Amino acid sequence: MNSGTSNLVINEELREIIMTRTFDAPRELVYRVWTDVQYIPRWWGPREYKTVVEKNDVQPGGLWRFIQYDPKSNEFAFNGEYRLVEPPEKLVYTFDYEGNPGHIIVETVTFEEKDGQTIVTSIDRFQTMDDLHGMLEAGMEKGATDSYERLTELLREVQRVR
Amino acid sequence: MNVYSAIADPTRRKILELLAERGPLPAAAIARQFQISPPAVSQHLKTLREANLVVVEKRAQQRIYSINTGAMHDLEVWAGRMAQLWKQRFDAIDEILAAEKQKTAVGTSPEAASPE
Repeated sequence: MNSGTSNLVINEELREIIMTRTFDAPRELVYRVWTDVQYIPRWWGPREYKTVVEKNDVQPGGLWRFIQYDPKSNEFAFNGEYRLVEPPEKLVYTFDYEGNPGHIIVETVTFEEKDGQTIVTSIDRFQTMDDLHGMLEAGMEKGATDSYERLTELLREVQRVR
Repeated sequence: MNVYSAIADPTRRKILELLAERGPLPAAAIARQFQISPPAVSQHLKTLREANLVVVEKRAQQRIYSINTGAMHDLEVWAGRMAQLWKQRFDAIDEILAAEKQKTAVGTSPEAASPE
């Protein structure tokens, strides 16, 4: 459980992927970085993309909309709705890619404090397997490769959910 | 799609890794790499075959197994992409947290600011 290592788990039946990471910081601060518009553009998108927060209304029923710009200024917009907001412990929100709308993911994030560190667990849950495939086909084909090396790497990352 | 449950098993992941590293192998050669019985290995190979993760080719008396890279593709793309995105996010958050803690440390007592 070292700080700095992440862990990926795939659960097929629930159509979930689960990521965990331990941060060496108090929970209030991690939660603030997660939800405050001042910080979101600095971590939410891929490094080489620019992220603009159009709105982020962190309360139950509140909407969010983020826009990403790739280096060629192509625009990718995402939006969703906060379903559960329990600062600084838990967030549940929906996630929809506007380039291929309707394949909604529900993302649940929990913040757990332990010995001054914070364990963040993010669960991405697809509504259906079709949604998962829709997401794949949504033009984010970056990194598509069948190299054995990457495959081996992936297999090491994937773990069974108990 | 049962690809995900097929690779959830550690032995089956090892079989795939072995095939990824060494290329096509006869069933007997695969079985030799494991402590479990050859029939148990066969059962795992059957599961992988049904999930379309490996393909089998009969050559004389041998059954040669190899990875079906096509079927691995979806899973690889999805899981790889998500893992990569989350890792990037977490790394970026780490940096922000370090910077914020630095800021907080300035102006507080040396005791509070000292590293553990």
